[in-house]
Amino acid sequence: MIIIEPRVRQLLVEDALNTFPDECCGFLFGREEHDGTRLVVDILVVDNSKEGDKTRRFEISPQDYMAAEAHALDHDWTLLGIYHSHPKHPAIPSETDRQAAQPYFSYVIVSVIENTRSLASPAEKAIELRSWLLNDEHQFEEEQILDYIYS
Amino acid sequence: MATVIIPTPLRKFTNNTARLQVGAGTIQDTVKELTQNFPDLKKHLLDEHGKIRSFVNIFIGNDDIRDLQQEHTTVKEDTVISIVPAIAGGSPEGAGANGAVFTKEELARYNRHIIIPEFGFEAQRKLKAAKVLVIGSGGLGSPVLLYLAAAGVGTIGIVDFDVVDDSNLQRQVLFGVDEIGKPKVEAARRRLEALNPYIQINIYNTHLNSSNALDILRDYDVIADGTDNFPTRYLVNDASVLLGKPNIYASIFQFEGQVSVFNFRDKQGQLGPNYRDLYPTPPPPGLVPSCAEGGVLGVLPGIIGSLQALEVIKVITGVGETLSGRFYIFDALNFESRTFRIRPREDNPISGKNPSITALIDYEQFCGMRAVEDKPLKEITVKELYDWQVKGESFQLIDVREPHEYEIVNIGAELIPLSTVAANSERFDRDRKVVVHCKVGGRSAKAIRELEEKFGFTNLYNLKGGILAWVDQIQPELTKY
Repeated sequence: MIIIEPRVRQLLVEDALNTFPDECCGFLFGREEHDGTRLVVDILVVDNSKEGDKTRRFEISPQDYMAAEAHALDHDWTLLGIYHSHPKHPAIPSETDRQAAQPYFSYVIVSVIENTRSLASPAEKAIELRSWLLNDEHQFEEEQILDYIYS
Repeated sequence: MATVIIPTPLRKFTNNTARLQVGAGTIQDTVKELTQNFPDLKKHLLDEHGKIRSFVNIFIGNDDIRDLQQEHTTVKEDTVISIVPAIAGGSPEGAGANGAVFTKEELARYNRHIIIPEFGFEAQRKLKAAKVLVIGSGGLGSPVLLYLAAAGVGTIGIVDFDVVDDSNLQRQVLFGVDEIGKPKVEAARRRLEALNPYIQINIYNTHLNSSNALDILRDYDVIADGTDNFPTRYLVNDASVLLGKPNIYASIFQFEGQVSVFNFRDKQGQLGPNYRDLYPTPPPPGLVPSCAEGGVLGVLPGIIGSLQALEVIKVITGVGETLSGRFYIFDALNFESRTFRIRPREDNPISGKNPSITALIDYEQFCGMRAVEDKPLKEITVKELYDWQVKGESFQLIDVREPHEYEIVNIGAELIPLSTVAANSERFDRDRKVVVHCKVGGRSAKAIRELEEKFGFTNLYNLKGGILAWVDQIQPELTKY
């Protein structure tokens, strides 16, 4: 189970929309409870360093990765995972995602089916967030995203 | 001692330790020491040849060891080594602006396909873009159509000339009692549209024959042959070969089913065999009876049709190995399966070295059967029937529905259910007019054709619109069902 703070969710969606039709990417920070529940409290937006077509691929440079580990250390957070967007595709990991995936990390995918900014009513309907974790067989299993209840 | 910084994802293999101390030497020594102390790290750092995995980067300070001396890079006492996983990914291949686009509802509907790693979004997209023609919507066509529609095949064509008969319902699971007497293609379309509103269904309420086959098949990528007779089977085979379309074949008889994939060009460009490589010529007429004559266990077309749907999906998506070049036989009675290898024959008359067939031929004649003539039936409207009754005209009235239907409502006819008509032919008068009726007119037409063909009757009249028309126009006080 993963809890994404509303402010963080907003940041993720913003990045996905700003980068559309390219893929965006970045890191998720927070902490993991004893029961395994993860709480994402902040993100770090990084450049998609993939050369060439970025509409279907993303890459994060090793320098950015090392910076993210340092960032986590500085704030006493845990580096919980990676987020990236799937422009015009569902928030389901591709085979490319699976092959390159790391154990332990939560992979949050933001699906942007169409750029809602160009629509008259920018609704949430074209955006979907889902999170995925590798199991021991190196297959993705969905990690439930728990919605914040606004009170 | 040098320091190794373990990335977060691998810390569960190092007892949650972020920094480890290792001895001096080279990177090779460092990796060896790490994997000896923490064996679980090995598969994440090294590939099956013991080399550092391509998506694992090792940095000394800010330098990638690939830019230094690779695994021979020196590790000193104060060296800080970072293991950096390559982070990459992306959305599925091949779905550019021209590819099939899914709505959110479709993505939700096909989720269980999309999450299979070997299938995924790519295969689902191919299904949506595919056009499949299913010939025959009976025992085999029912499961084929249901599963292809459910799976999200974007365009499905259905060819069938028949109407739904009560005796179909024992195996043709597309249909229900309400559809008896209605054209199968229309009933099938209604059912499939209710199952999957995201696909296109095209119907052809006609006999597939040599003059229309090429035009109908031309618009489709894949053909699924679920017909029950040899002329149509050869017709479908030859038309598929002439048009260069894969033909997924299945057939059933009593307790045995057969499946294969014909005329399929594989990824290496090799064209597989077709039906004529298996059977260059048909068996003598009458040797192999149809289901109507020989019978079939109702569940068998469910099994075989499902296998046929499976092969259609594999041909479309390229997932797995199809049955091309192989011929599968299932014996339901002994629960035995056999798979034979079949090869293209050089003397195949349509696809061999010197083909003699370059266009469709007369398949009724080829299979030794006389052409099916759709000569018009003699018909009578309910008003005419009422007039005959009023005038006291002499005629016999026969109802070919089932007993339970007869109990619901009847108009005083003799009950001879369709399946027993041939056995009871002597109960049909020959010396006066005989009016035959059913619910809406389909089954009675069949009964009349059978009696005319087998017993030479010439005095049979079909009641147009059946008992429902009678209730509507003559006796509205009776029960409709």
